[in-house]
Parts: sequence; C-alpha cells; structure tokens
Amino acid sequence: MFSTIAAWFSRTVMFGTVMMYGCVGETITERSGNLNLGIPGIMCIGGFAGFAGGYFYERAAGDSYNGLICVLLAVVSSFIAAMLVGLIYCFFTITLRANQNVTGLTITIFGVGLSKFLGTLVMGEQTTIVASRAHDTFSTRIPWLYENVPYLGELVFSYGFLVYLAIFVCVGASLFLFRTKTGLNLRAIGENPATADAAGINITRYKYLSICIGTGISGLGGLYYVLDYNRGMWVTENGIEALGWLAVALVIFTTWRPMNAIWGAILFGFLSWAYQFLPNLGVTIPNYAINLVQALPYVVTIFVLVIVSLRKKRENQAPQSLGLPYFREER
Amino acid sequence: MSNSTRIGREPLIRISKKDVAPWWQKAVVRVVALIAALVIDAIFIYLFTKMNPLDVFSTMFKGTFVFDYGTTFFINKLLRTLRDMATLLCIAIALAPAFKMKFWNIGAEGQVLMGGLATACVMQYFGDSLHTPALFMLMLTASIVAGAVWGFLPAFFNAKWKTNETLFTLMMNYIAIDAVACMTNIWRGDKSAMGTINQATQAGWFPNIFNQRFTLNLFIVAALMIIVFVYLRYSKQGYEISVVGESENTAKYAGINVKKVVIRTMIISGAICGICGFMTVAGKDQAISTATAGGYGFTAIIVAWMAKFNTFYMAIISFLIVFLEHGASEIANTYGGLNDYAASVITAVILFCLIGSEFFLNYSIKLRKGSKKEA
Repeated sequence: MFSTIAAWFSRTVMFGTVMMYGCVGETITERSGNLNLGIPGIMCIGGFAGFAGGYFYERAAGDSYNGLICVLLAVVSSFIAAMLVGLIYCFFTITLRANQNVTGLTITIFGVGLSKFLGTLVMGEQTTIVASRAHDTFSTRIPWLYENVPYLGELVFSYGFLVYLAIFVCVGASLFLFRTKTGLNLRAIGENPATADAAGINITRYKYLSICIGTGISGLGGLYYVLDYNRGMWVTENGIEALGWLAVALVIFTTWRPMNAIWGAILFGFLSWAYQFLPNLGVTIPNYAINLVQALPYVVTIFVLVIVSLRKKRENQAPQSLGLPYFREER
Repeated sequence: MSNSTRIGREPLIRISKKDVAPWWQKAVVRVVALIAALVIDAIFIYLFTKMNPLDVFSTMFKGTFVFDYGTTFFINKLLRTLRDMATLLCIAIALAPAFKMKFWNIGAEGQVLMGGLATACVMQYFGDSLHTPALFMLMLTASIVAGAVWGFLPAFFNAKWKTNETLFTLMMNYIAIDAVACMTNIWRGDKSAMGTINQATQAGWFPNIFNQRFTLNLFIVAALMIIVFVYLRYSKQGYEISVVGESENTAKYAGINVKKVVIRTMIISGAICGICGFMTVAGKDQAISTATAGGYGFTAIIVAWMAKFNTFYMAIISFLIVFLEHGASEIANTYGGLNDYAASVITAVILFCLIGSEFFLNYSIKLRKGSKKEA
C-alpha cells in the first residue's frame, strides 16, 4: 500500500517537474501578453541540447569526468538553445508583428522536427543513446536526508537537484512577478501595453527579455525529462511534446500564478499516472478507459477556464492583451 | 530593437503602417520569401549532408510530379498530393469563418477527429444493417453533429462568459484525441491495431473513381471552397461575421446579435471540420486512429491565416505546403543523411519565411535623414 502510493507519488513529482518548468516559463511569457504555443517545440530543443551537452562532455571527458562541469554544460546548453528558439519567436511576433498563434505553432513544428533530426544524426544506426554518467549526476539524491529520514526520505528527498530547483524557480518567479517593480511593469504590459508604454516602460525590451528567459526556463523541462526522468536516454519518440501541451494547459489551470504550478503540476502528474497505479490499490480500470483517465488534466483545465471566466474576478483572468500584437502607431 | 525612442533623437529606423499592397507586390514579396526559404534550406541541407542542394531540390519535385514511370503512375502520384491538399484545404476552409470573426479556433484537429470518430461509429455499428444511401446520410449527419458540438462548446462559453477561446479549443483537441484512442481500443479488442473498417463488406467506403477512393473528396472540397467563399463575401451572415470581426461594439450598435453570430459561426466551422473527418475516414483511410487528422488541424491554421480568409488563396497555399511536404519526404527517402524529421524542419523554415514576409506587406520601413526605403 505505502510502496504503491510512494511509487505513484515519486513518479508524479518527476513527471510534474517537467511540466513545472514549462509552465513557469510560459507563465512569464504570457504575463507579458504573448501566447507562445511553441513551448512544446522549445522544450524538445532544450531537452536535446541539454542531452547533447551532457552526452558529448561525458564521452570527451572519459576518466576525468566531473559531475559539476557536466551539470553546468548541460544546463547552460539547454537554457541557451531554448532561448535562441525563443528569440526567433520574439523576432517574429514583436519585431515583425506576426500573429502569435501562427508563429508559435510553426515553432513547435520546427522545434520537434529539429530535435528529432539532430537526435537521429547523433544516434546513427542505434535507436537509443544513453548518457549514463550524466544521468547518475542529475539523479543524485540528497545524501544524508534520503537515507536517514523514514518515509519522508523516500517521498521528498529522493530526487535529482532539478526537482528542487523547479520549486525554487516557481517561488522565484512568483516573487518576481508579484513583489518587484519590474514584475509589476511586466504584468502591466500584459494587461494593457498602450498604458504601460505611456508610463514610460520599454515594451519591446521587456517583452524580448521576459520571453527569452521564459523559454529558457521551459527548455530546462526538456533537459530534466531526458537526463533524469527518462534515465539519460534520448529516443526519437519521446514524450516531451505531449508534456509541453500539458504545460500550456497547466498555465491556465494555475490562473497565471507560478506558485500554483507547484501543486498543479503534481495534481496533473497524479491524474496522468492514475491508470498505472490504481490497479495496485484494488481499483481496476478497463483497458479502454485508460485514455479517458488520461484526458482528465485537460477536462479539469477546461473547468478551471470556465469557472474563472464565470466568476469574473479580475486577478484570476488571463492577461487582458494576451495574444494581441502591440504596435504603438495603432493606438 | 529598432523603434525604441530616445529623447531628443529621431530613431534610425521608423516603421509605419502601409496601405493595402497591390496584388503584384504581394506576389513578389511571397516569391522572394520562398526563395529566401529555399536558400536557408539549401544551407541546412549542405551543412548536414554535404550534398548539392540543387540536386536535392530537384528531387523535391518528384514528390508530386514523376515522369519516369508512365501516365498511370504520374496521375496517381499527383492525385495523392491533391488528396492531402484537399484535406488541408477543407480544414482551412472550415477555419475561415471563425478567423474572419477574430475567433481563434485552434481546435480543428479535435473537430476533425470527432467527425471521423462519428463516421467510424456509424460504419462499425450500422455498416451491415443499412442500405448504402441511408448509411452515407447517417455517416454525414453524425460527423457534422460531432464536429459542430466540438465547435459549439467553446463558442457557447465564449459568447456567454468571454471564456478564452484559444485555450478552450486547444484543450478540446486533446480530449478528442483521447476519445478516439479510447474507441479504437474498444474496437481493436485483442488485436494489436484496429485495421480497416468493414474490410469484407466495404460498407461506407467511397466509390472508386479514377482508380482511387478519395477522388470524391476532391469534388466535395472544391464545392465547399466555392460555397464558403460566396457565404463569406455575399451573404448577410457573412457580412455579420466580418462586422463582428472588425469591432464587436459596432456590431452591437448595428443591432447584430453578437452572441448568436459567434455561436452560429463556430457551429458552421466545427461542422465543416466534421465533414473533413467524414471524408478522411470514408474516402481516404477507411480507418480511424489518433493520427487521422495528422497534424493538419494545426497546419491549416497557418494556411487560413496566410490566405486572409480567401478560400481560393487557401487552395494555392495548401497545394504549396503539401507539395513541399511530399517533396521533403521524397528527399528524405532518396538521401541517406536526411529523414522525415528533416522534412518537417524544411517545411517549418518555409513557413517562417512566409509568415515573416507578411511584415513587408503591412508595414513600410523608413530610414532617418529623409531617405526613404521601401521594403
């Protein structure tokens, strides 16, 4: 009983962490008024770049392998690669004022395709490649606490450092958005860019920076997926894209608040994996219903979306100018 | 970024809105964008394969036009491109009314799948008991209803409580995908895959015309293209749609019932998507899977948006995209260093260039010191 729930919970946390990164990154982006539907593609790119960083370092270093350098290389390459793709999105939607939905969807086609293509180049004839030492480093548990705290050690202290970093990022993003002046400015742009512009806020700089940093954070979700969740394996048919869409849903579910992403991601993970663990607890699900259970996160998200719009509380709504381009001369 | 103003100095580059560009200018900009895309793709191909990009591009043509194996082969190959084009075009046509209303229906993928699922249900359960005309009528009705319901839900909540339609329709896609997965799991039973529906009786299959079952699809889509064009341009309802799209307040003052228009238009949009699902299942695949819509529900968004709600432009653009897609997978099959994923990168680059080219049609760039440069 305990072992089943513990296994379910730890799977949930790991699954949720991927979404958490994606969600926080997308929240920062959407708070600036840009709906970035390219997140799934960007997470794929971040995942592949991070994997490549770890994998090639591991091979090049040989015996002089150093965990810290590996982590640094993987994280930095993942973050930068995702950010570069985010930069393409920025250039199109902000500078060229292209439609955000259209650009975002193209980014997803591009990102998913490019990561898989580069993956096949690295793999050659194989169907999988493993960065095993990078995986070991990324999944190192918290040493003392994991062994010595009963129950909680297994539940809370058994994950790689990126899980704790994700929670830290959620808290940090929340503080940034709601407790700093820069965050206030950013939210003002998302609500009404013309007013923010009149107040002297540089819209273009804010949007570029927030979207680039946001996509960089999302990219780390892909990195976590490959190097920890997926045991350091790169396979062509990975689940990053699906998780990316779940992350976009999660942003709505959290009503654009990064703090909610912590428990929201865990709830989504719990629902997504319910079909695997419920049978062990005596609840049998017929084979065909598995898919219906898997649709639950999306159904729940729609409910949240409807209820939020029903209650008309200003602070829970989507940023008012979400999805709309801003052109100063059009006022 | 270019147009950030510092006090006391005129910015180096100023961007301003332009009048509607004449048709030749539109054509020139698009062609330049395509050439730019092909150059970028050529660099991409050369970097990874060291092959001559010109050879690779000439292979691209063979995805649609093959002259080496006789007329039948040529026609079949061409028809196959037209088939995929018809699917893509049909979804884009379905999106046109919604987009013209500035209602971001990005749930076409799900609406198509639901239409397909309804068709498959009818084929499964009534294939043996109904006569052919009745069976087809039931399939068509079921698919229209299923698609329309999937379009109605987000429209209803949007009209009533301003629920964000982009996010709502996006979520509906994944529910539809899971619904299809669920039904195929039931139908396949112990088998590993579901396979073709009514393999023995061929009940509910489109008739064979020109040696292909999907030929009927082409005619249906051509008819839809004309109907929707006329509907948007010359009907009262089409006019209402464009007023609501331009300004909801204007529509209200003019006495247009905005909620009714939103819901009605989305029902139409979803219904056409449903028809697309019907054609895909009955005419093209004779099977259903989560890949029935094949991502075209998303690509069609790009098509519909680039064509600016003109269904004839949509035909041109969807032909172009399918041509490129088939060409890219032809490249992937012919050359060792490239694969299907490279094909999607090549397509994405072309889409990027086309999207970016819009800027030069809508805005003009002016340099400082009075020197004027038209883009």
